[in-house]
Amino acid sequence: MPEDRAIEIGTTREGETSVVTPQGDIDMSTSPGLRAALRGESERGAKRLVVDLGAVGYMDSSGLATLVEAMKLAKGSGATLVLCRMNPQVRAIFEIARLDTFFKIVDAVDSAKSA
Amino acid sequence: MSQEAAHIQVEMRSDPRYLCGARELVSQVARRVGFDDLGCARLALAVDEALANVIRHGYQSQTDRPIWISIWPLRDDAGEPTGLKVVIEDEAKHVDVEHIKSRDLDDVRPGGLGVHIIREVMDEARYEKRDGRGMRLTLIKYIDASRGGGKAQEDGNA
Repeated sequence: MPEDRAIEIGTTREGETSVVTPQGDIDMSTSPGLRAALRGESERGAKRLVVDLGAVGYMDSSGLATLVEAMKLAKGSGATLVLCRMNPQVRAIFEIARLDTFFKIVDAVDSAKSA
Repeated sequence: MSQEAAHIQVEMRSDPRYLCGARELVSQVARRVGFDDLGCARLALAVDEALANVIRHGYQSQTDRPIWISIWPLRDDAGEPTGLKVVIEDEAKHVDVEHIKSRDLDDVRPGGLGVHIIREVMDEARYEKRDGRGMRLTLIKYIDASRGGGKAQEDGNA
């Protein structure tokens, strides 16, 4: 399948903190791109991984699965993963899947950097 | 349930890139029927999960197979809209309905959440084998239940 262009993923780094910012919908077709970005930051040795979801309008279970995998990878390497700036629709799927307590979720990027 | 022809019928290829179009269709129709923003989003999520399951498990991620989506608005005796029925059909292999189950949410791991999400979001979700080949999933969501966070009936159906 050709590369899907429905999502763009930005990354900024400050010391050992990486902020990954996906923009667009996260579904079965776009979650592999997010998975690769998160895995890449883990492999670079990021000790704090912030996923800024402020520009994500939609997420399905493949997005959740990607974040669960990233969380487990982070924990395994002694790193911290924090999610921030979720809209109500995206937060709803975390609640439906009862994963809202599994993740550290904060409102703002600055809070995520120090959470 | 009425045998009236579907008000909307779409055939899509089993390509994940087109899930966004299916979500948009369901969400916009739901809005016209009277669902609120969160109700529309939840309906679109359930349909997305159902389609993704067909693509991933039914068609083993082949991207050129057919999936049919049919939509009916539901109305009461006075003609007032009460909800939406969405039927998703494929021609993948038959699956034993008893094997279509939610997984244990205490086991936090990637994958396997789709059926749980469908059950949580919809008021009714019924899997059945189509004649000859393929599966049919009938999803029903009522407008009032959307505001109260309805859950699919646990009557032996998914």
